[in-house]
Amino acid sequence: MTNLKPPMKPFDVAIIGAGVVGCAIARQLSRYTLQCVLIDSEPDLGMGTSKASTAIWHTGFDAKPGTLEARLLTRSYHLLEDYVPQAGIAYERSGAVLVAWNEDQFNALPGLLAKAHENGVRDVHLLSVDQVYELEPRLNAGALGGLMVPGESIICTYGLPLAMATEAAANGVALQFGFPVKSVASGEGAVQLLSGPAGSLACRYVINAAGLYSDEIDRLYGYTRFTVTPRRGELIVFDKFARPLVNHVLLPIPTGKTKGVLVSPTVYGNVMLGPTAEDLKDKTQKGTSNEGLDFLWKKGEAILSPLMKEEVTATYAGLRAATEHSDYQIFPSAEQRYICVGGIRSTGISASLGIAEYVQGLLEEMGVALQPKAEYQSVRLPPLGEAQTRPYRSESAIAADPDFGRIVCHCERVTAGEIKNALNSAIPATTLDGLRRRTRCMQGRCQGFHCHADVSKMLADHLGVKPASLIGYKE
Amino acid sequence: MKQRKTEVLIVGAGPAGLAAALELKRLGLTDLLVLERDPVAGGMPRFCHHTGFGILDRHRLMTGPGYAAAWVADAKRQQVELLTQTTVIDWTGPLTCLATGPEGLQEIEARAVLLATGCRERPRAARLVAGSRSQGIFTTGSLQDFVHHLNCRVGKRAVIVGAEKVSLSALMTLAKARCRAVAMVTSFPRHQFYGIYRPAKIALADLLHRAPVKVNSAVHQILGHERVEAVEIKNLLTGDCTSTPCDTVVFTGDWIPDYELARSGGVPMDAGTLGPAVDRRLRTRKAGVFAAGNLLRGAETADVAAKEGILVARSIQTFLNHHDADFPCVPIVPDAAVRWVSPNLASPEDALMPCGKVRFSVKDFYRPARVRIEQADQVLFEQRLRACVPNTSYAISDHWMTKVNFAAGPVRFSVVQ
Repeated sequence: MTNLKPPMKPFDVAIIGAGVVGCAIARQLSRYTLQCVLIDSEPDLGMGTSKASTAIWHTGFDAKPGTLEARLLTRSYHLLEDYVPQAGIAYERSGAVLVAWNEDQFNALPGLLAKAHENGVRDVHLLSVDQVYELEPRLNAGALGGLMVPGESIICTYGLPLAMATEAAANGVALQFGFPVKSVASGEGAVQLLSGPAGSLACRYVINAAGLYSDEIDRLYGYTRFTVTPRRGELIVFDKFARPLVNHVLLPIPTGKTKGVLVSPTVYGNVMLGPTAEDLKDKTQKGTSNEGLDFLWKKGEAILSPLMKEEVTATYAGLRAATEHSDYQIFPSAEQRYICVGGIRSTGISASLGIAEYVQGLLEEMGVALQPKAEYQSVRLPPLGEAQTRPYRSESAIAADPDFGRIVCHCERVTAGEIKNALNSAIPATTLDGLRRRTRCMQGRCQGFHCHADVSKMLADHLGVKPASLIGYKE
Repeated sequence: MKQRKTEVLIVGAGPAGLAAALELKRLGLTDLLVLERDPVAGGMPRFCHHTGFGILDRHRLMTGPGYAAAWVADAKRQQVELLTQTTVIDWTGPLTCLATGPEGLQEIEARAVLLATGCRERPRAARLVAGSRSQGIFTTGSLQDFVHHLNCRVGKRAVIVGAEKVSLSALMTLAKARCRAVAMVTSFPRHQFYGIYRPAKIALADLLHRAPVKVNSAVHQILGHERVEAVEIKNLLTGDCTSTPCDTVVFTGDWIPDYELARSGGVPMDAGTLGPAVDRRLRTRKAGVFAAGNLLRGAETADVAAKEGILVARSIQTFLNHHDADFPCVPIVPDAAVRWVSPNLASPEDALMPCGKVRFSVKDFYRPARVRIEQADQVLFEQRLRACVPNTSYAISDHWMTKVNFAAGPVRFSVVQ
C-alpha cells in the first residue's frame, strides 16, 4: 500500500523494516506528534523473521543475565501482558515445561533455575519426574525431571505486528511497502534521503529495524559492527487432533552440546514441532529441506511419539537474524541521526515492546522532542485464536452480517465475512499469502484443497485482477 | 439459538448423502434433514468435468457435474429438506449436532445421524515434500476448481505426483487449461491405471504419451521463489536426483477421509481406512451414528458411494424400528500387505443384507493375488484374483461372515502372491 504523495516535506522519523520490531517502534512513536513512516521492501508487513517463528512469547527466563536482551525481554513481558489482550491478539498462557532426558540436561536444571531467578522470573520451579508426567501424561517414557516456567505463553505470531502496525497507521504513521532501501544520502539541512528502486524518501531520523538485512542498512552508514547470518528454523505443524497430546510448551534444555527442539501447542489449536537451527548464506532461502524434516521427525518420535501418528498440516521454514554476537546490536549514532536496531535473533516477538520503549529513549537522548498527541486511537484485531469466540460461532456476529455464517475455508472455519474484513481493513491483504496470514484461510488440514480457488476468486474480484495473476501465472 | 428435532440428520450432500436421503424417503420416512457446507449440493462429482459417471447406478454415461445435478434434482423432486452453506461444527449430545450458517446457529437433535462428509487428497505438506512454498502447487481438487469453475490458466508445464486413476483427472484438467504435463511421478514400479473405462484410456492415449510416467520415483523437493521453477525427482532405486523444470505441481490421490466430525464425536476409527470403523450395514460403534461414501476409506467412484447411501438408508430404517445398535462384531484386521478393508467390522449375516461386498486395497502389486480371511486357525474364505494393484479397490463377497465366531478374536485379512 502506498500513501505517500511526492513531493512532500520530510518525515521526522523513518523506520526501515515492518517486522515485529519495526511495527512496535512505529506504534510507540505514533503516540507523539511526529511524522513517521514505516517502510519495508516486501509487499506486506512481517514477511521476514516475524513470518515464521515458533510463536512463543518468552518470559526471558533463560536470557544471559545482564545483557540488554535480558533486560528488554523482562520489561517487554510486562508491557505485552497489558497490550496483547487489549489488542485482541490471540494468545494463551500455556506455561512451559523443560524436560530433561539425560544426565547432562538434568544437571543443567538448577543452573537454569538460578538464571531465571536472576532474570527476575521468580515463579520458575523444578519438577520431579512424577510432576512432569502429571503435567504431560502423553510424553514418552524416560524423562528424568524438569523445570516449570508458568509465564511462557503462545501467541499469534502475525497478529502482534499486524495489530501494532494497524494502530500505528490509525495514529498517523505512513506505511510504505515494496520499498527496498539501497542507499542513504544527506540532503539539505538535517535531512537524509533513503533511496531504492521504488524511489526516494526524505526524513530527519532513521531507525534500522531491517532484521535479516539490518547489517546491510548499517553498512550504508559506514559500519561493519555485525553480520547477519540467516539461521533457518524448520517447523512441522500437526493436525488439530494432536492438540490434546500436549498441555504446555515443551522446551528443550540447552546444554551446549546439542540443540533440542520444542513441541508446542499453537493458538489456533495445532501442535508445532521445531525448529531446526542451520546457518545459511542466502537470505531468501525460506524453503524446507529433507534433512531438516527428517531431523524433526526423529526428535518428535523421541519426545512425543503419538504426535507422529497424526496428520501433518503444514511445514515451513523461517530465517532468524543471528549475528556473531550473543546480544542485541542496538546502537544510537546521534551525529548521523540514526539508530541501529539489529541482531534481535529469535526474541523479537517477546522483546518488541521493550525494544520500542528503549528506542524511544534513545531518540529522546538524541534531542528529539516528543510531544504526546492529544488523542490516541487503540486498535483491536478480529478474533483468530481457539481461546476466542470466532465469528462462525457467534450468534450476534452472524445476525449483524450473515457473511459471518458463510464458511469459506472449512478446515479453519474462516467465513466470507472475515475475508471481506481482511480485504477492507486499514492494512488490507493484497496477496493470497497476506489473506492467509490475516484470516488463516487455506492454513488448515486440507491446505486449500477445498478453498484455494474460492479464496483466490474473492481476492481477485476485490482487486479487479484475474485469479491467475494471484497464483503467479504469467502469460 | 434455534433448536430442532429430526428423525435422521444427514451430514454431507454428495452422492452418498443424497442417495441415502432419497432412499429413506422412498422407505416412507418424511422427517429428515440434509446439511451441506458448500453453497451447492452434489459433492465431489461437481468438480470432475470428465465423463464416466453414472454407469453403475444411473445406467448411462454422464459427466461429474451432470451426475451431481441429477442427484440434486431428484432430491428436490422428492422434497428432501436440504440446507446448503450449513456446517456442523460440533456435537452437543450423543446424537445432537451444532450447525452454523448464514441463518445463525442451530442445534439439531436426531434419532440417527449419517456422516457422509467425503474425503480429500493429502496436500503437499502432509506428504512432507520439502522445498520452497511457491505458488503453483495444487491438489487435483484445487486444480479442477481453478480450471473449471474460475476458468483460470494455471501454468505451462506441470509435474503430476501420482499415477493412479485420479491422476488422469488431473491430466485432463491440465489439458483443458492448456498446461502441458511433462511427467507423472509414482513411487511404484508401474502406473496404476487399471480398470479404467476403456474409451477414456483411448481418449487419453495422446496425453499419456506426452507425460511419461516416472516409476520408482518421488518428488524430492520443490524449487522456486514466488512461483515453482522446477522439481527434483529422486529415483528411489538408485538415489539419483534429476531436476525437471516446471511451473506447476499437482499432488493427486493419497486420499484421506474427512473424518473431523466423526472423530470429534468420539466415533471409533479404523486404523487402515482412517475412516470410522463400520460393519456391513455401515453402522459405526457409536449407537445411532452411521457412515457412508468416501468418508469410509477415501475416494471410490461416485456410484459406489451412492450405492452405500442406499444401503445405509435401509440400515438406518432398521435401527429406527428395532434399536439394534448393540450388535455382535469382531474387527477385520488387515495384514501388512493390505492398506485397508471396508467394512472393517465383521457382523452376523442378516436378512437386511443377505449378500454384500467387502472392499479392500493393497499396498503393492500382486499378480496373481490370493485373498485369505482367517479367524484363529480357521480359514473362512480364500479367493484367487488375477491381479491386485495399489490405489485401486477390489470387492469380494461377504458371505464368509456367517462362519465368524463372534466370541473369538479378530478376523485376519491377508493378500499374498
